[in-house]
This record gives sequence, structure tokens and C-alpha cells, in this order.
Amino acid sequence: MADSALSGLVVLDLSENISGPYCTKLLADYGAEVIKIEKPQTGDASRRAGPFPDDNPDIEKSGLFLFLNTSKKSITLDIEHNIGRDIFLKLVKQADIVVENFTPGAMARLNLNYEALTEVNPKLIMASISYFGQTGHYRHWESADIVTQAMGGLMHLTGEPDREPLKLPLSQAEFQAGLNAAIAILCAVFYRDVTGDGQYIDISVQEAIVSILEGAISTYSYSGHVPNRAGVRHRYKCPSAIMKAKNGYIHMEAGAYWEHFAALTEAPQLMDPHLASILRYRYVDEVEEAIRTWVESRTADEIFIEGQEWRMPVAKVMGIEELADDPQYTARNFFLDIDHPKAGLLRYPGAPFRMSETPAKINRAPLLGEHNKEIYACLLGLSADELAELKERNVI
Amino acid sequence: MSSKNRQALTGIRIIDLSQLFAGPYATKLLADMGAEVIRIECAARSGRGGALPRMQPGGDFGASFPDGDTGERSYNRFAYYNELNRNKYAITIDLSKPRGVEVFKRLVEISDVVVENFSPRVMCNFGLEYAVLRETNPQIIVASISGYGQDGPYRDCVAYGESIEAMAGMSKLTAYRNGTPLKPGVAYADAAAGLHAAFAIMAALRYRRVKGVGQYIDLSMRETLTPLLSEAIMDYTMNGRIPEPWGNRHTRMAPHGCYRTKGNDSWIVIAASCNEEWRALCHVMGDPQWSRDERFANLDGRLANHDEIDKTIEKWTIDYYNIELAEMLQAHGIKAGAVLNAAELVDDPHLRERGFFEEVEHPEAGKHIMPGISWKMSRTPGRIERPAPCFGEHNRYVFSKLLGMSSDEIKRLIQEGVTAEAPLPYTEI
Repeated sequence: MADSALSGLVVLDLSENISGPYCTKLLADYGAEVIKIEKPQTGDASRRAGPFPDDNPDIEKSGLFLFLNTSKKSITLDIEHNIGRDIFLKLVKQADIVVENFTPGAMARLNLNYEALTEVNPKLIMASISYFGQTGHYRHWESADIVTQAMGGLMHLTGEPDREPLKLPLSQAEFQAGLNAAIAILCAVFYRDVTGDGQYIDISVQEAIVSILEGAISTYSYSGHVPNRAGVRHRYKCPSAIMKAKNGYIHMEAGAYWEHFAALTEAPQLMDPHLASILRYRYVDEVEEAIRTWVESRTADEIFIEGQEWRMPVAKVMGIEELADDPQYTARNFFLDIDHPKAGLLRYPGAPFRMSETPAKINRAPLLGEHNKEIYACLLGLSADELAELKERNVI
Repeated sequence: MSSKNRQALTGIRIIDLSQLFAGPYATKLLADMGAEVIRIECAARSGRGGALPRMQPGGDFGASFPDGDTGERSYNRFAYYNELNRNKYAITIDLSKPRGVEVFKRLVEISDVVVENFSPRVMCNFGLEYAVLRETNPQIIVASISGYGQDGPYRDCVAYGESIEAMAGMSKLTAYRNGTPLKPGVAYADAAAGLHAAFAIMAALRYRRVKGVGQYIDLSMRETLTPLLSEAIMDYTMNGRIPEPWGNRHTRMAPHGCYRTKGNDSWIVIAASCNEEWRALCHVMGDPQWSRDERFANLDGRLANHDEIDKTIEKWTIDYYNIELAEMLQAHGIKAGAVLNAAELVDDPHLRERGFFEEVEHPEAGKHIMPGISWKMSRTPGRIERPAPCFGEHNRYVFSKLLGMSSDEIKRLIQEGVTAEAPLPYTEI
């Protein structure tokens, strides 16, 4: 059996919802031992988020939770309780990394901030993810994904120019922050391997978003120009637009050879000097009009196949429901069928990249507190009686 | 190097063949953390955006150049490139020439990572596929970023970020409520791919440190974007539900939307995740009669009557400036924020207080602001040590200092067109 890239790293994961759990999912799928610490009885908030099979809420069947927590272990622990806090510190002693995404200041109030944790484990790496970071004017602001997409500059750039700004679907800002956290943690691990020193990482969801604005900040700084929304189009390319095909929608874009694009779309007028010129973006309406009849007379599938034969970067606007049967995902075995004792056999998005020596190993998400016995008894040496008492007192 | 100046990735050398956004974003993150990233560029296709029509003299792509002026060497003055490639080195090698391949391999011998995002056949055509590079340097880590992956029926399909957003199911959900598909306002698939690539490279570096073994990373942009849509995918997989575009709304919060405020193209977002937050919002609005309507008392009612709530809220928000209103709502514990554009971000007091933006002086483009380091690390904060490289700026450093070539050898490289000091002029093909 192949090795895993991150074997040997022990992660204590106090985070919930999306940002922290996606970070630790990546670490876990690629081999780290991630111990997820959940609140007794209720657990991670994403256990209540759904989607649920037949829309029946059940903390063991939330689709969001099941996806985000693969390959992890779950223990229940109330770190706000004194005994729980002591147990947590014992675990910290044996861990490499702690990840949390409480509101800034929450860990300090429990006297579990980085300073306190390094007293028991001086080499610890700790990552805190919050909407606006651990410092600054907005650090205590209430937030949600839409708020950070807005305050991060992404929303202003998405949607129709004459309508309200539009957020990206689902919770993209939180995923971005989780990715940043995962990279930063491995950078810290790398540094620790060389020097023996741990460190503290402050991740701001807002900053994760401002970082991916594709040159918008520099463009403004260079010329004073403020990039705006472009709807179905691209701010800089022509043609590059989502258009209505005979059925559904297609992303139309020209490849390197303009005369090939004109031939493909049966639009000889594209060879008129003003449209054949590199300055054709000035006539974007005319360019799109010239190809519209052809686009509308074909299905998205036909355009994708024919366009790719001409080496044009055309693409079908696909629905989520079309993905699992798509020949490319299928050929690469991207989707995984994972069984779960409560939720049953379900199809999950698989590994985001392939590693030749250390492929991802993706196992089902844990039941709430499933690994209490393993962690508390085997790792910390607590007796069955002690566990029973902790349970009785609602500490685990 | 003293541990005081040591950054997290000091001592790691990355050869970066990548272009556009995904690959350069991955190597930017690693360069910010102290890796030495050497970009390999080619005179015929510099990859600096110089081939985009509006950047040519006569084109009016002015906004991306200092004060709208492309200058003599536009390829050194392009905002997008200069932001994405700060901290990196750049050299010129023509990999279509055998001598270029030879020089490249010598560089691989003394490097840790190679990153590329060509179409899957290109590295093979150069004779530089992983199997070859591994012979040159058995510990090398090679990361290939492509639209659809290195195998499968779509392997050779041409793709940019927008193609991937369409093919992964994202564009269809990037839509106003019940609206038609739109494009994410940034190359989102590229960002997703770049971030996952940086993570993959770090995982491979960690493994190599422990086991002494390099490896190959095959990253498909589409496969890095798909997991970010998992909530909708799991709903389909569980319930067969085809997701409808939710626009600015949310399944578990209401109201949840974007409202017009005072000023030109000014907007605020407001979200209420529970009844208490809804009541707090009503309180700030001055407890108007309409807000006491029983239909709005709980989440289901507010979701069912969202249009009506939106209209009424907007009648209220329109009299306020968005940032002031956001402050006011936040003071009452309500989730709210202004929709900030590039200019407003640069002036945002919070980002200023955190020192997020950094001013970088570029020898040909001048002094400008760009997003700083994406996260804050207490011991190895990262740094912007150098501006983006000018074309071919580090030819001498790499050829002579790193590879130990004589000046005669370098001269020959120039004569044979293996390396160059300037890109070839753009010709439309």
C-alpha cells in the first residue's frame, strides 16, 4: 500500500462549518491524523446544515459535513469545561498542529490562545481562521460568506454591470480561506522540520478573497481604473461569452487562429478587417451577433465537440446533475462511492489532485464521538469508568 | 542564512514554466514564503500577456499600464503580471531548441520543484516529461496543472478558467435568482487550481523531506474546482435535486441579499441567520410597521416572502452610505458589509491597519500597491523582497552564477537564439 504524504502529522481540529474543516480535510485525505474535536451532543454546526437524504435532518447525514470531514477522527469534548480544557491540553502535548475558526478572542477567553498552548507544547503550530483576521477594526464583525465576498472585492466584480453585484455560489470565500490555511500550515511544518520552531498563523477570509482579484488592485494602482462587472463576458477578451445554444448554454471563445474561428462558426464576416483585427473587442456586439445564428443552431454538445476539434477553448455550461456521468470524470475515476454506517452509500467528489507516490486516501467521515474510546483510552490512558463519568458530566 | 532572516521556504528552488494565472498564483504563494522561483520564459511567447490584443500599441488596454502608458517595453509594465510574479526571477530559454532543453535539464539538477501548466502534450514534445526529469534529478517534484488532467478523453481539450467554471457546474450556479449563467468576476477556477497546486507541492516537499523521494503531481483544474461545489453535488447525489441558482440568497438565512445604497453603484450586503438577528435588523430600521408582519417572524416565512422583504429593505438602505450603514448594523450585531471595489479596498481602514497591501517599486513600472502576503505567520511572515522580474532579467544570474557558464557560453546561447534579452514582437497568427 502506498505511503501518504503527511503521515505522522497529528492535527487537533477545533474548527467547524467550512473553512477550517476544508483545510483539515485536505490534510487528512493526504495522510495527516486529524482528530476533530466536537461539542458533546451537537457537534460541528455543518452536521445541521444539510443537505440531508429526503430532507430529514440528522446530524450523521449532513452532506456538507460528510464531504468536509472525510478521513478524520471525531471525539467529543467540551473545552469550555475545566476538565475538558485539561484533557485538551493533554492532547495538545501530543499534537503538531491545532486549527480553530472561533471568533477572534474566543480561544484567549478560555486561556487556550497560542501562548497558553505553547506552554504545554513549545513546538506547536496553530492556525486561526476568522472572517476578518485576529487584529484590526473589523475583527469582531459578524460575518457570513456573502459579507466577506462583498468586503473582499469579489462581489463587485461578479454579475451584470447594470444590476446588483452577485456573490459566487455556495460558500466560496470560506473554501478559499481553508485552502490558504492548509498551505500556510504546511509551510510552517516545513520550517519546523528545519529549525524546530512552531508558529502562529492568522488567516483572514477577507484577505484570502482580496488575494485572488486577478490584478484588480494593481490595475487600480497603476492607472486609477476600477475594474467592474462584465456579466456573461470577460473584461479583457473578445469573444469570450456565455451564449445560448440550441439547448442550454455554451462558453464561446476563439483560440489562436481567428480564420479557424470564422470557419468553425460559419461567419465569414468575422474576416472583415475591423473584426479580424486585434482591436475587435471594440465591436464585441457585432462579433457575438456574427456567430449567434451558428451557436443557436447547434447543441452545446455539438459545439463542444466541433469547437475542440478546431482547438477552440469552448466549453459546455454543465449542470451539477451532468457531472457524475461525464466521460472525463469517469475515465479519471474522480467521483468516489463511499459507504457510511448512517448515511449509506453516496457519491462524493474525490481527490482534487493526484500524487504519484502518495495518492489521497479518502475514508468516510466519522460519527459524532466515534473515536472517543480510541483517543481517550488508548492515547490518554483514561479508564472506562473515567470515560463514563466524563460522559455523565457532559464533558465528552 | 541566519535563522532570523530565514523564511519558511528558504532554500527551496522552483522552476516555473507556468503562464496566465493558475500556475503563477501557486508559485507566487511559495515565493512569498521564501522559495526561489525562477520563471522560464520564451521570446516567442513570453507569457506576459503581451500577446493580448489590447496591450499592443494602438490597443486601448491602457488601464493595466502605469498611467495608461505601455511604454517601450510593455511586457515589463503590465500590472497583472507584475502583481502575480513579484518575488520571482525570470530567465529566457527556448525549449524548442535542443540546447535549450539541455540548459533546462541542468537547472532541474539543482532544483527542487518544476511547475508547468501547458497542454498535456507539450512537455512530452519538449522531451521533458516527468520520466526524463526524474532521470536528471531523482528527487525532483513535478507539478502539472491542466484543464482536465493528464489522461482521459478530454486530456487534449483546450481550456481557460472560464471553460472550467462552465464544465464543472459553477457558471450555471453563478446567476441571479432563477437567472441564466454568468461568469465569476475573477478567474476563479485558476485560483482554485493554484491554491490546490501550492498545497500539493508542499505536501510533496514534506514527503520528500521524510522519505527522500520526489514525485509527480497531476492536477486538473476542473477537479480542484468541483470539490468547492460539494454542497450542491451532495444534494444531487442524495436527493436527485438539481440546484437552482440562488443568486444572493441563502437556504438557511433570510434576509440574505445585496441592497442599493446612496451613491453611484454602491451596495451593501445584509444577512440574518436567526430570528434574533432579524429582529435586531428591524430595530435598526426603526421597527417599521411592515416588519412586524407575522409572515416574517420565522425563517420559512422570510424565505417565502423574500422578494417583498428585499424591496422594503432597499427603500431603507438607499438613504445611507454603504460603509456607514455596515458599521451601524455591525454595532447591533448584524451581519453586514459594504460591496467594496478596488479603490475602496485600497482605502479600507481595516486592511490598512493590518498592513495587508504593500507598495512595491518596479524599475520600469514605478511604485505601486498590490495585495500583500495572503496570511500572517508569526515567525516567518514572508516578504515581498523584489518586484516582478523584467524579461530576461536574471539570465546572467542563473546561467553564470547558478549553472557556472562562461561568458562565451552565454554569448553562444544568445547567438543561437536559445536565450534572449527581449521578447519577439507580437504577430497575429
